[in-house]
Amino acid sequence: MIVKAASHLRGKDLVGIDQLSPEEIQLLLDTAEQMQEIAKRPIKKVPALRGKTVVNLFMEPSTRTRFSFEVAEKRLSADSLNFSSSGTSVEKGETLLDTARNLEAMQPDFIVIRHRYAGAPHQLARALKSSVVNAGDGAHEHPTQALLDALTIRQKRGTLEGQVVAIAGDLAYSRVVRSNVLLLSRMGATVRVAGPPSLVPPGIEKLGCEVHYRLEDAIAGADVVMMLRIQLERQGKMNFPTVREYYDFFGLTPERVKLAKHDALVMHPGPMNRGVEIDSRVADGPQSVILEQVTNGVAVRMAVLYLLAGGHGEPVAD
Amino acid sequence: MSRLLIRHARVVDPSQRLDEGRDILIEDGVIARIAERIDGKGADVLDAAGLVAAPGFIDVHVHLREPGFEYKETVATGSAAAVAGGFTAVCCMANTDPVNDNAAVTEFIRKRAAEAGLAHVYPIGAVSKGLDGEEMAEIGEMVRAGAVAVSDDGRPVKNAQLMRRALEYTRLFDIPVIDHCEDHDLVAKGVMHEGPVSTRLGLRGISAASEDVMVARDLILAELTGGRLHVAHASTLGAISRVRNGKARGIAVTCEVTPHHLALTDQAVADTEYDTNTKMNPPLRADEHVAALFDGVLDGTVDCLATDHAPHHADEKALEFDQAPFGVIGLETALPVTYDLLVRGKKMPLSRFVALWSTNPARIMRLPGGTLKVGSPADVTLFDPEARRIVDPESFRSASRNTPFAGRRLRGWPFMTIVGGKVAFRRERR
Repeated sequence: MIVKAASHLRGKDLVGIDQLSPEEIQLLLDTAEQMQEIAKRPIKKVPALRGKTVVNLFMEPSTRTRFSFEVAEKRLSADSLNFSSSGTSVEKGETLLDTARNLEAMQPDFIVIRHRYAGAPHQLARALKSSVVNAGDGAHEHPTQALLDALTIRQKRGTLEGQVVAIAGDLAYSRVVRSNVLLLSRMGATVRVAGPPSLVPPGIEKLGCEVHYRLEDAIAGADVVMMLRIQLERQGKMNFPTVREYYDFFGLTPERVKLAKHDALVMHPGPMNRGVEIDSRVADGPQSVILEQVTNGVAVRMAVLYLLAGGHGEPVAD
Repeated sequence: MSRLLIRHARVVDPSQRLDEGRDILIEDGVIARIAERIDGKGADVLDAAGLVAAPGFIDVHVHLREPGFEYKETVATGSAAAVAGGFTAVCCMANTDPVNDNAAVTEFIRKRAAEAGLAHVYPIGAVSKGLDGEEMAEIGEMVRAGAVAVSDDGRPVKNAQLMRRALEYTRLFDIPVIDHCEDHDLVAKGVMHEGPVSTRLGLRGISAASEDVMVARDLILAELTGGRLHVAHASTLGAISRVRNGKARGIAVTCEVTPHHLALTDQAVADTEYDTNTKMNPPLRADEHVAALFDGVLDGTVDCLATDHAPHHADEKALEFDQAPFGVIGLETALPVTYDLLVRGKKMPLSRFVALWSTNPARIMRLPGGTLKVGSPADVTLFDPEARRIVDPESFRSASRNTPFAGRRLRGWPFMTIVGGKVAFRRERR
């Protein structure tokens, strides 16, 4: 499978990986690689988005993703506005549509939205002329996370095709797993997911993955082991008994890492619960690429904004 | 004496096993005569060639929102929507504010309906005081004031003992207990049907099992008590098969299915990218469930169709999918949606179609309509099976616009609705 990069993105928005063709994914990753070069310069800034306005609308707490977008915007010379609120529009007594229309009145070019409810970016994208970038919506998608994960895998292992990627943890409430399964399977990787059966949503295999209940089965012979955060705040008391028992069966320990290929990558989208889904010896060990994921996040977000603004994948000019 | 002669209609009345070209003479609000040719001297004459004339359609499941939520709908706007949709009678649910759990509220609704003077409005009383599922409401007083059934609709009757007692107590009045079957614990915080589509969309699922569990419980209690159980808006394969088995066992059970559960699947939530007009409870189900609903409608397991007309203000539906209220309106689209699906799509005989919307609902609720027999009240639905229109929410008489069918091209629209001999609705152009 040779995927040729597309010349441009078709959509006005990036609301999910689900909307992207393999060619568009290739274009995003290629462009992100070019963007990485900018970070190595003494002056880490290009004028590509000069005069463009980006609203970072974070309606759910986030540090990593918000900072990553902000850095990406600044490196492209865009003007950023930050709006953070842990409340939803309804809690403020304003409908999502009102929020959207008020933002539109300020004529932003981009709205980067993080929202605790699935589909909020789609509802905004429908109502607005601005380009909407999904920075994570409920348990639905987190497309820039999947793109940065893919960039990391591609750079470390040369290709996505044929890679065996194990993703383990809270499959029911994770947006990272959905975006990753869609992206990796679309690019020719084999994806295995694992988690307690009570956290495996029905039909997840239809996104393009094999389902395992035992972590060991998913990891065996894998090229990449990606652990998901157990969202303790989203769990009731009925999905699994205790964090202690979870670690016992699903924690990524040095012993379990040995079941994967000897040079397998260990990944985590963060923030980690050390000692819950991942042992510190693994998180900080030689196979971990967790911090490189963070670095790649900036380049991927630059690529997304640049391409949505109409960039065509040509080298970034000074 | 007022006289109205409907000429050359195709008269479909399952109560008389009638499906023929006939004239209908209405005198002083009652059906005076049905014959091949009636002399129209002194009568207003309607040429109904090409139209179907049926006993007035009855919707046994609507929410008129008054008292308490007049910004969504009132008895007057809901009645106007009913007659515009071809309905001569509706039964309205008790989840108003205050709840219709006492005779005063029942009387208030009836008074409002009389003031509107359009459709017959039959209130349904609450099973429990305040819909809290704990104490039985004054069912007898409400029946005396005009309630035709009891239901905590919007919620299930959670307490099994209360459900048992309600099924027993209502035998005194020969009215059904209508249950909105769902197990709240199993629903958790679900917002759409649980399956591959909810997984892909990242929305919490409502399993079919959450409905099946409650239908099973209710059937067991109906068998125990001999009370009349009516299952509201059945939406799952499991509900239909259990009702079918229950009927075979001789249990006094009836059930209804909504037009939207027949017309749409959970895929609509994905196709519309989280349009909140695809959010209702029970949720739009997956293909295998929809297929089972059709089987149930075609083999007679399903007794009637009902809209679960649930008006919500546009501002409420403009929220995030998780936050928006459950429910869609249906009165003004029900007839063409179901005509298209069942008569045109499944070749259902017109008499069966009319039975599902008129004869059977009248029987379940023991209402005076459902027939065009001479001497009965002149409630007549006239519809044009060939009329094609595009659903335009802006043209609705309902105070709300929350329909999943906007923009659909449908065939088979109501033309005239006659209530008690009075023309309550007439479409401008044919």
